[in-house]
Order: sequence, then structure tokens, then C-alpha cells
Amino acid sequence: MKFKFKDKERARQLVGVIEDYVPDRGIKIVHVCGTHEVTITNNGLRSLLPQEIDIREGPGCPVCVTPTRDLDAAVKIAREGAIVTAFGDMMNVPGTDYSLNDLKSEGADVRLVYSASDAVEIARSTQEEVVFLGVGFETTAPMTAAVLAEDPPDNFSIIPSNKLIPPAMASLMELPKNNVDGFIAPGHVSTIIGCQPYEPIAEKYEVPIVVGGFEPLDILYSIALIVKGISTGSPTVENGYPRAVNYGGNPRSQKLIEDVFEVDSGLWRGIGRIPASGLALRDEYKSHDALVKFDVDPEEGEDVLPNCLCPQVLTARATPDQCGLFGEACTPDHPYGPCMVGEEAMCNIWFKYGGRPQL
Amino acid sequence: MTDKKVDKVKVIHGAGGKAMDELIGGHVLSTFTNKSAGMIGLDNLDDGATIEGHDGKTLVLTTDSHVVSPLFFPGGDIGRLAISGTVNDLAVMGADPVAMTSSIIVEEGLEMDVLDRIFQSMEETCKEAGVPIITGDTKVMEKGNIDKIAINTAGVGVVNQPVTDSGFSPGDKIIVTGTIGDHGVALIQFREGLSFKTKLKSDTAPLNHLLKLAREAGKITGMKDPTRGGLAAALNEMADKSNLGLTIYEAEVPVKEAVTGVSDLIGISPFNVANEGKAIIMATADTAEDVVGALSEEPLGEDAKIIGEVTEERPGKVILETEVGGRRFLDAPLGDPVPRIC
Repeated sequence: MKFKFKDKERARQLVGVIEDYVPDRGIKIVHVCGTHEVTITNNGLRSLLPQEIDIREGPGCPVCVTPTRDLDAAVKIAREGAIVTAFGDMMNVPGTDYSLNDLKSEGADVRLVYSASDAVEIARSTQEEVVFLGVGFETTAPMTAAVLAEDPPDNFSIIPSNKLIPPAMASLMELPKNNVDGFIAPGHVSTIIGCQPYEPIAEKYEVPIVVGGFEPLDILYSIALIVKGISTGSPTVENGYPRAVNYGGNPRSQKLIEDVFEVDSGLWRGIGRIPASGLALRDEYKSHDALVKFDVDPEEGEDVLPNCLCPQVLTARATPDQCGLFGEACTPDHPYGPCMVGEEAMCNIWFKYGGRPQL
Repeated sequence: MTDKKVDKVKVIHGAGGKAMDELIGGHVLSTFTNKSAGMIGLDNLDDGATIEGHDGKTLVLTTDSHVVSPLFFPGGDIGRLAISGTVNDLAVMGADPVAMTSSIIVEEGLEMDVLDRIFQSMEETCKEAGVPIITGDTKVMEKGNIDKIAINTAGVGVVNQPVTDSGFSPGDKIIVTGTIGDHGVALIQFREGLSFKTKLKSDTAPLNHLLKLAREAGKITGMKDPTRGGLAAALNEMADKSNLGLTIYEAEVPVKEAVTGVSDLIGISPFNVANEGKAIIMATADTAEDVVGALSEEPLGEDAKIIGEVTEERPGKVILETEVGGRRFLDAPLGDPVPRIC
């Protein structure tokens, strides 16, 4: 028999396990990954789960959490004539006054790239300054670190905006009245960092954390482990995605990150500063720091737009359909807040596939 | 930044989704006043319109313009598309095509050989469909004023009983005549230069003979060709117009493995991309199996399947029961994720 990732019978069995263990009270499970949200909504998984279970996306969309300050810096640098490169989704995110795409239509040289190494290739082919807007989590940080470690040309620099997921998960637990009962940890990030970094969080806040894969059965399996952890009072870290993630993660990538970056407080759009959640360049790489090179004043831009529920959505305190702008004044075609922009962004995904309709 | 507020026509307005509905509803239907010459007119926004003819016969008229990049793609070209598109619009109205027109706007500098290949392809497709081109027009524009070529075709058909895209009832079955997403995904793959070991081809084909067999095999209550915006857009239009609910079983919808693979990789849904050789057919529950049987004996219908049913639940909405048993709305896409494909 061919193993199927989408098997109705297996899904039914897993839902049976979840129903057996689900407590009598409402529980909130938070995942931290746009790809998880796509799997959940696209497969209608919320409709399979008991009403007691509320699954939300936390700060798992790199585009959404990139602070306006870093976007504004990119805009300013592009205006000074440098070639600014960024991931596709980043181009449409509204900064204080402009998105990078707005700037492009005014004639600035803004280019879409798929990785930092694409940006280095551009730098090697020109005398102009080339700046890469280095956003993302532990999954993209090693790639950015790798190009910096390989002695890129002097005209290449980055706006360091990489962030770390475990401190953001911990910060959700510190928010008043947030009541997170369990986490599905992001599978891709965990291939790099492994399972260990989640252990202090599980222990301190007594929440089960399960590393989850991206097929619908992976998600249901993770939820089953979480509700089991809740009901048996054993809030530990478990690996629900062993075919891709091992306990120790990927040591080579971890070393690359450590060699090039140092942990700093990170600024998250809509959330604010989270201690030890950002990656700054080490001194020996400062010559590739675009903020230093272009002497950009790190003034903090307007991260929260009037009436936009993004900050609540990003911290799992609201769902997109609770926002008055959702689907009306804010659509993928005309995004108002950052959560409507990217493929990984919760409002964008809910707009495409619907949230939890009572079907 | 104020110029951003000026309303402008965008590519998405032609993409078959919600944005296009806004363009047609807010700018076309609201402007024109004389919109009907028979039972089905412009306001019905069906695949064609009817003209009450003499001798008790009803004529069906339809028109379609075609721009596609590139002009030649795996499984078809703009010529084959221009004939198939119009023939299929007549066929899903339940009509037998009688004659066509062809109106071409060419860019100065297009190689004559390219034009000949397009004409040859139109000729072959007309033969396949058994429809003559009986009149036409040709214009040439200065270089740069149009991209290579645009072809408009119009078609006339005759019908005894027009089939609309909303005449079905609760309990009727929903049939699709074959695998979905082939045209759109083949074009994306070809355009983006994605090299896989798959030989994905567009499904562009005239369906009039196939759909005639379907009409003879059972009681057809609705038809539509899921072109721009794909199956999702077409089903939503049918649900909306009929004010009935449509339930689709994802596991039953035929999708080629290669189409699923490419779609997953680039993050689109096969439900949302265009088909150019497929039809959605509603048939009464007691005749649906016969219709599928008749379709599947033909090469163009060999993958035909019942994929869902018409219900009274959630009027105007399409509900997808997913492969793992979850349920969600299958909404119309905002636009086709692939511009300029038909």
C-alpha cells in the first residue's frame, strides 16, 4: 500500500485520539509558521477538530514581523541610489510612507531575489552598492551568514533583520491574558535549531511543545500529542516531525549563524522589543552592515497602523475575521496591514481559504 | 502618492475572478441599456446569448478575444485556443456550432511564417470541431502598439433547449469531463522555464462533439467551461447564479500528478488555474453515471468523473470536502494566478 500524506482514515483515527484527550475547557494551541497555517486552512482541519480547540498562528510570518524601521531604512538607502534587494513578499509590505514596490515604480533600483547569494551575484557584476534586506528566521539566517562568511565584495551589505523563534514563543507566554495551552513548533526552523531550544519554554511555562511537519496528518499528529500532554499533565517537548528534524538540529548551520551574528534584542513589528530575539552582525562583519555603511539613523517607524489588528493577530490574541478591515479595506490586492501581504501571512491565508467556517 | 487612488485597469481585472466581476458589473452592465435579443442576454453573463430565430429554433451567439504569451506552448497555440474557446462557449450552452468569424490584430513586424502557423492551427482545429470560418477582419498596428497578435472569434450555434450555467436543482450531480489545471500549470511551467521531467501539456481542445454525446446520454441541467479562474471561479459563479450550494469532494476531482506537483512547488491551487478543454456538467442523479460512461469512452473525456453534488445547504456557496475529510469554502480566486493565458 502506498503511504498517503492525505489519508482520510488515518485523519479520522488521529481526530479520535484528539477527542479522547481533549479537556472539557477551551484550549488555545499556537503554531508559529505560515506554512502550518496554509496546511490547516487549505485542508479544512479546523472543521475536523473538537470545538474546544482553538488553533492560531503566532508571529510566524517573517514578512509580517519585519519592523517598519528596517523597511524605512531600505527605502532610504534605495533613494540614495543603492541597489536594494529583497524577497518577493517583502516588496509589497507598507513601510511608514512607501513600500519597496512603490519606490520601484518611481525609478529606484529595487530587485527581487530568492536568497542572499543572488544579491551577492548582483554585487559582483556591478560597481554600485548592493544592499540585501536580510529578513527571516533561523531558516534563512544560515544562508545569509554563509555569503558573509565567504568574503563577499566590498559593495555588498545587508540590513540585518533576522529573528529567532523561541524567544518570540516565550514572549507570547508573558502577555497578559494570553492563555496559550500548547505550541506546534515550526518544522523548518527546527531542522536548523533542533528541539532543545524549546525545552526551557516548556519547562518554565508548563506548556507542551511539539515540533510539527507540514502535511495535514503531521499537524493532526502534533495536535494529538499536545492535547495528550495537556490532559496527562506532562508538558514536554516532543518531535512530531522526525523524518526531517533531529534533536540536535543542524550543527553546521548553527555554527555559521554563531560565527557571523551575535544575539541581540530584536524589534518585531506589532509586538515591540523582545530580549535576545534578534541577530546583529559581529564586529568583524560590520563593514557589511548597511545601517553603518549608509549611516542610517535607526529611528523607529510607525509599526502599528490605526484600526489594524495585526499586532493582536501576530500574538495569537485575535483571528483575522475579528478585524474590521479584513476583506474590505484590507485585501491581498490592496493590503493595509502586513498580515495581508505575504504567502505566509495569516490574514492573507484566511482570505484565500477561509478561517473556521461552521460547516 | 495621490495618483495611487486613481482607478486604473489592471491585469487582474481580466483574470476571471472577483476583480473582473467588479469591472463587468460596475462598468459594463451599468452602462449599456439594450442588452437582450432573446431569453439569455448580456445581463445573464452566461457563456453566450440566445437570439429567438425563425422556424422555432434558437440561435446562440458568443464572442471571445484571445491574447496569450507565448503564442505557441506545449499542447497548443493561440490559433487552437481562439477556435476552441468560442466553440466551447457555444457547446456549454447546449448548442451545435454552425459558423465562426475571425478578427485579427497583428503587430507590424510579426514573421509571416508565425502567422501562417497560427492560421494552419486554426484550420486544423476548425476541422476537428467541424465548424467553418465564414467571415473575418485583419488590422495591423505599428510596432510596439500591440504585443504580436490578438485574435477575436465569434461563433453562432443552434439549440433546441439552451443549457444555462444555473438551471440545475438540488440532488443533481456535478461532473467534470477530465483532469483540471492542465492548461494553466503547463503555461506556468513553460513560461517560468521550470524544467521537470514531466511533459505537461495544455488541454486546449474543442468540446462540441464530446458535449453532444453527454447531452444524448443523460439529462443535463447545467454546463460551464472552467477557463480563467479555473474550477473554483466557475463553480462559484454557478452557485451564485443558481442560489444553490455546491459540495465538491476533493478526493474525487481528477488532477494529474504532475499538475499537483508543480502547483505545490510554486504555491498555487489547480482549482484556480485555467482549463481550455474541460467542462463542468450538472446532470440529474439518475442519469449522471450514464453521462460519465458516455464521456469516458472518448479520448477528451476519458478522465470524466462525478466530483460533487448540488445541495440546498449554504446557498450561493461552494463547499470543499478535503481529502482528509475537513470542510472549507472553496472561494473564487481574486484573479487567475497566471495572467495572459487565454
